[in-house]
Amino acid sequence: MIEVEELTIGYGERVVLERLDFTIQAGQVFAILGGSGCGKSTLLRHLIGLETPMGGTIHVAGAPPVQDTGPPKYGVLFQSGALFGSMTLAQNVALPLRTWSSLDAAAIDTIVRAKLRLVGLEGFENHMPSELSGGMKKRAGIARALALDPPLLFLDEPSAGLDPVSSVELDQLLLTLNHSLGMTTVIVTHELQSIFAVADACIMLDRGARGIIARGHPATLRDQSDDPRVRAFFNRLARPT
Amino acid sequence: MRFVGELHFGSCFSAWDEVRRLLQPSAPHLDFDLSQVAGLDGGATALLLELRAEAIAAGSKTEIVGATGRVRSLLELYGAHPQRPSLQAPPAQIGILDQIGRETLSLVNESNTLDFIGDAVIATTQAIRSPSRVNWRDLPRLMERAGADGIPIVLMINFLVGLVTGFQAALQLKQFGANIFVADLVGLSVTRELAPLMTAIIIAGRSGAAFSAELGTMRVSEEIDALRTLGLDPYQFLVFPRVLALTFVAPLLTILADVIGIAGGLLVAMFSLDLTFHSYIVETEKALDLWDVFSGILKSGVFGFTVALIACQRGLATSGGAEGVGRSTTSAVVTSLFAIVVIDAIFTVIFHVFGG
Repeated sequence: MIEVEELTIGYGERVVLERLDFTIQAGQVFAILGGSGCGKSTLLRHLIGLETPMGGTIHVAGAPPVQDTGPPKYGVLFQSGALFGSMTLAQNVALPLRTWSSLDAAAIDTIVRAKLRLVGLEGFENHMPSELSGGMKKRAGIARALALDPPLLFLDEPSAGLDPVSSVELDQLLLTLNHSLGMTTVIVTHELQSIFAVADACIMLDRGARGIIARGHPATLRDQSDDPRVRAFFNRLARPT
Repeated sequence: MRFVGELHFGSCFSAWDEVRRLLQPSAPHLDFDLSQVAGLDGGATALLLELRAEAIAAGSKTEIVGATGRVRSLLELYGAHPQRPSLQAPPAQIGILDQIGRETLSLVNESNTLDFIGDAVIATTQAIRSPSRVNWRDLPRLMERAGADGIPIVLMINFLVGLVTGFQAALQLKQFGANIFVADLVGLSVTRELAPLMTAIIIAGRSGAAFSAELGTMRVSEEIDALRTLGLDPYQFLVFPRVLALTFVAPLLTILADVIGIAGGLLVAMFSLDLTFHSYIVETEKALDLWDVFSGILKSGVFGFTVALIACQRGLATSGGAEGVGRSTTSAVVTSLFAIVVIDAIFTVIFHVFGG
């Protein structure tokens, strides 16, 4: 589904990550892990085509991820939810449907209510984003990302700021979407509970190494990695010296 | 050196210089004895650790001894974390010419003016080819905000401008018994220059600032990115309706400004120069031809277009959170005002050359 080869990314002249190689299989829940500031979100922005790499290639479903006007090939949840402040929740979720489908208003309304129910926001259709908590905005962002039933979903820190119950519910939702629809999901996160609950595979990035320091199944990395940085991340007991 | 009692930031900071002086001259070995310290807070701990670092730097072999219980655990908490490598390495020194070059390049890159123009041209071409892609839905709301909501301030400012112009003209013309020509002066200056200019300035301050702040906030809160991931072009969705709104609304506001500006002059003429309503209006009609009014309206359309473009460009180029939004809003207003004056000068020259 996603192939990354020799990828070097950064801002201006500053290289953040270099020579990254990894593949994400269709149907996988793939986690990009690492501490704060290691370049996880920057990598995600490159995977979804919002930034141009300094070197190397990215192929998403066989093509470079260029942001162009046209029906979106994947759904994206941004860290803050990124809801449009001048629209109600229903209008936010309806926007991609209104733009890219020929459905009538009644059908769009039905789909919007179903998507909001899916993320536990039924009854909030006419609320403005400013009236919601951070976690609710994030859930509404997921509903919008799922509006067109994309085969691929990118999530930037989906659990951050959610209470433990909402976080578990979100993990369940992602698992259900993955199992029932075969949706490929790429999650940027450092929430250990979510990683073990949902991820089939992961890569771990490190700021000092400016690249991938580990890859594999999260539980395998936790139990078998000898790298002190990986052990420190999973154990959260001590920092590597 | 023995510390006694409760060490709290507020109380011990005042005595800290005195404590520092006690460390001079530096001894080869120095212990900070905290065995009689009953408690200390975070600020005092930081000062204590800083004091130890200073003593070590001065050549003393320095240790903190005697700490127990809560005092010890707080010291461990503040002292346990090794400095991060990224914080240890100071930024490399660069020369002044290098710095000027970098700043200039970052200014050029930050404003992204050429990118904006290119993207706007592409978006315009696409919009002409398929108008359904443009976000027409927002247009009435934007026109209401920029136009109808701005009517009171446009009327008030332009009325006062007409009034002041009338007063100034009356003072001079009265001396020559040419009171009636106040109508000519006010009519011409309001329709050709003052009304379009003042209206454009108000639009830049109200709508230009609002557009820039709105798009800037959308930029820093990732809403623009979200729009792109939904396959929507920010230019067609956000920039186009705003540019259209201001381009249409500015001339409409200018027509109102023309009327109210002339009314300001009329008021002065009636109460200060004893002219009648009828004679003032007849004289204004004689003084003005259609081109005088139309040239002002044409200019105001260009002003509105320019203000909207500048505001949207600055908004979309915003970076750096709330401070960035403030910076781009200020920049949008200042650049718009500058552009308005420059465009006005260009129009004046063109009209003069072509005899308008």
